[in-house]
Amino acid sequence: MASLLFCGPKLAACGLVLSIWGVIMLAMLGIFFTTHSAVLIEDVPFTEKDMEDGPTALQNIYKLYNQVGYNCFIAAAIYVGIGFLSFCQIHLNKRKEYLVH
Amino acid sequence: MSSLFRSEEMCLVQLFFQTESAHNCISELGHLGLVQFKDLNPGVAAFQRRFVKEVKKCEEMERILRYLEKEMVKSNTVIAATKEKEMVPCARDVLELESTFEKLEQELREINRNHAALRQNLIELMDIDSLLRMTEDFFEEAESLLTYSEPPSEDSVSMTVSSHITSRRNSNSSTSGALHLSFIAGVIKQERFPAFEKVLWRLFHGNFVLRHAEMQATEELQAVRGAVKKDVFIIFVQGDHVREKIRKVCEGFRASLYSCPKTLYEPKQMSTSVMTQMEDLRMILRRTEEYRAGVLTRAAEHVQEWGSKVKKMKAIYYTLNLCNIDITQKLIVAEIWCPVSDLTLVQSALIKGSEQSGSSVTPVLNRIQTQQTPPTFNRTNTFTEGFQAIIDAYGVGTYQEINPASYTIVTFPFLFAVMFGDCGHGLVMTLFAVWVTSQAESLRKWKNELTDVVIGGRYIILLMGMFSIYTGLIYNDCFSKSFNIFGSSWCVLSMFHPHGPWQNETLHEYHHLQLNPFVPGVYSGDPYVFGIDPVWNIASNKLSFLNSFKMKMSVILGVSHMLFGVALSLVNFVHFRKFQDIFLQFVPQLIFMLSLFGYLIFLILYKWCITLRSETAPSILLLFINMMLFDYQSEHVLLYRGQVFGNNLNDQHGTDTRSSFSQHQKDEMVSMGDIFVYQAIHTIEFCLGCISNTASYLRLWALSLAHAELSEVLWRMVLQVGLKISSGMGSLMLVVLFAAFAVLTVTVLLIMEGLSAFLHALRLHWVEFQNKFYEGSGYKFTPLSFDSLLKTQQ
Repeated sequence: MASLLFCGPKLAACGLVLSIWGVIMLAMLGIFFTTHSAVLIEDVPFTEKDMEDGPTALQNIYKLYNQVGYNCFIAAAIYVGIGFLSFCQIHLNKRKEYLVH
Repeated sequence: MSSLFRSEEMCLVQLFFQTESAHNCISELGHLGLVQFKDLNPGVAAFQRRFVKEVKKCEEMERILRYLEKEMVKSNTVIAATKEKEMVPCARDVLELESTFEKLEQELREINRNHAALRQNLIELMDIDSLLRMTEDFFEEAESLLTYSEPPSEDSVSMTVSSHITSRRNSNSSTSGALHLSFIAGVIKQERFPAFEKVLWRLFHGNFVLRHAEMQATEELQAVRGAVKKDVFIIFVQGDHVREKIRKVCEGFRASLYSCPKTLYEPKQMSTSVMTQMEDLRMILRRTEEYRAGVLTRAAEHVQEWGSKVKKMKAIYYTLNLCNIDITQKLIVAEIWCPVSDLTLVQSALIKGSEQSGSSVTPVLNRIQTQQTPPTFNRTNTFTEGFQAIIDAYGVGTYQEINPASYTIVTFPFLFAVMFGDCGHGLVMTLFAVWVTSQAESLRKWKNELTDVVIGGRYIILLMGMFSIYTGLIYNDCFSKSFNIFGSSWCVLSMFHPHGPWQNETLHEYHHLQLNPFVPGVYSGDPYVFGIDPVWNIASNKLSFLNSFKMKMSVILGVSHMLFGVALSLVNFVHFRKFQDIFLQFVPQLIFMLSLFGYLIFLILYKWCITLRSETAPSILLLFINMMLFDYQSEHVLLYRGQVFGNNLNDQHGTDTRSSFSQHQKDEMVSMGDIFVYQAIHTIEFCLGCISNTASYLRLWALSLAHAELSEVLWRMVLQVGLKISSGMGSLMLVVLFAAFAVLTVTVLLIMEGLSAFLHALRLHWVEFQNKFYEGSGYKFTPLSFDSLLKTQQ
């Protein structure tokens, strides 16, 4: 197999730390969005149309909240993948270090 | 009792020991690391001291060791690390080590010289070898050309030829009868060749034939001489005197010339002889390298041990230079500063040392009284070391003064956290500090100055992070968002009909609405349990509220910190028995601060506790200014009923304080005018200083505001862009934008803001806190300690 190693040890370690942080923070953000937290209201992309008087106004906003929450969960899942990749790179780097000696 | 409260009590002790046991005794004291030798010969220059020759010898040995280490690094020999604590050798071992070192150095230098010479030979032989191979082709071609008398333009020449030479070959070939072509062959660097050719052309006007070809760079060639490209050239000329000219030109261009065989069979012979010579040389080179590696490996096992021995000996000789040698040359007198609580340890170390050297007389310790100021010694452990270092950076404490380091352990991270206040950032900082603390030993190996600073301050960073999480929870700020853990005390629903004034149309008409706490149900009456209410995070007048809150909080914290400093000065006065200073300095200072700033804090706290309508609430600032100007008009709104009386009491105290400063009397015969002026200046300085120092604490507000705003801007401009995309691409954008958010958080908010808050908290300690009680005019206790010596070298 050709070399699967494409980044050095430092970049891989940074990637791993970033992924762990990303997973934790994006997962928590996702939870807070799906529980419709009021503090995050400015991050939800609602428009004037969604707030028109009507029976579904509240449900519209909640739907948007859920959408953003799911986006966050998907991003967290992508970061799990990136974290796994970085971990593999670290492993390969360590092996390479032992082989050269 | 050894504690961080004040510096240790030190005593001056005279030591008498025999000259033979000197080495061992001093080495034992060095291992103990608790005594500082006083210089008993201060007037003597460095080169006039007794043991200066020995110190020079040690330095020479250190130089040889450095050379050895450099050679080892060059040849990639592994240096073994020794861990045992060796005994210091006495004077005999010094000579032995010296001779070993000199021998090793000579051997190594000789090997290197031989190696270089052999290498040079090999390069020359390789040049000759490739030269021979090229010239074979030249000669064949030349012979074939000279036998034909056809015009040369139809000839196909496989090598590169200068075009202006073809015209000349005709004339050469016409004299084919007597061909006295002599030739010169050599090797020149490829980049110099065009210039070389031009010079020859100008000199001889084309009366020569020049052929050149690039030398093939084999791998071995590259390994031996490097990646320099060289060309082989051969010049055919007529006549002998031109040879000398050409030789000079070649020397000018640093081309190396070699003698070439003339007939066709000689090249083959020469080639084979060159080959065998090269084989021999290669073998000799290999053997030399192996021998060198062997010598270095044998030395590498001991080099660290030798290094530490040499350092210890140099330290011992340096210390001996500080002592006095008795007339009879048998007794050494030394004076040391040592903590009183460690006298027994010093005694036992000396006894051990003298036993090792086999002398019969035990060293004598004699404690003497002195008027000189002892050095300041604060016993620290790895945790308190960092805090003591940042206090000592400003000034080492006077002997037996209160040590502010013990309070700094709490107040410094707290003031930092007030300015940093974000529990998300605090959490990241704490995790970073935990990682550095757990990896401290392996990180020290990087030997970078920056990492050394971070490792030295790892406990400070840990505490700063933990306190920041706490203040972040109080400010209710986590990456600029608030947590609603306990339920907000404000309720928007109650503003609507039937409780409050809002109707459905109100929402359509107005873009900004104000929650009125006097409408029943809007404000529950109980404040949020812990910290700032989360409703403020989404309020548009958040800053008006937070600014007022943080400013008042900064003033309260500042005045408390300064009052604590003034209280510490009382402890100092009691310890140094300066009772008159208590009445004439401490009490007036306290009264001044309490009457002015204590009253201000009382006003702040009172205003926070009572319920006011915001439109009619009196401003504390205006109140204070009016009090100072003695301005009471009946239409001014009063904060509380007895206010006029309270203000008058204050002013009375203030004026009393100022006058009592000038009544300071001294017992000595000094001019009263001088004292009055001095005290007046001091009084004014203290009063104005109090005001300016209190205002200086407002930086706590300023930095926390800056941090909160930066954090919010980062969220809004970076992460919110990704969150607001509701389509499927939103998650990918979120991944990228989160990475940018994380990098910017670490660089701007953690590192830059962290350093800034660190610096400002440090300044508040050094200037505003410590100028109330700290003198800082001592000198640090620097014991003779082999551990710290060896640690600093590595």
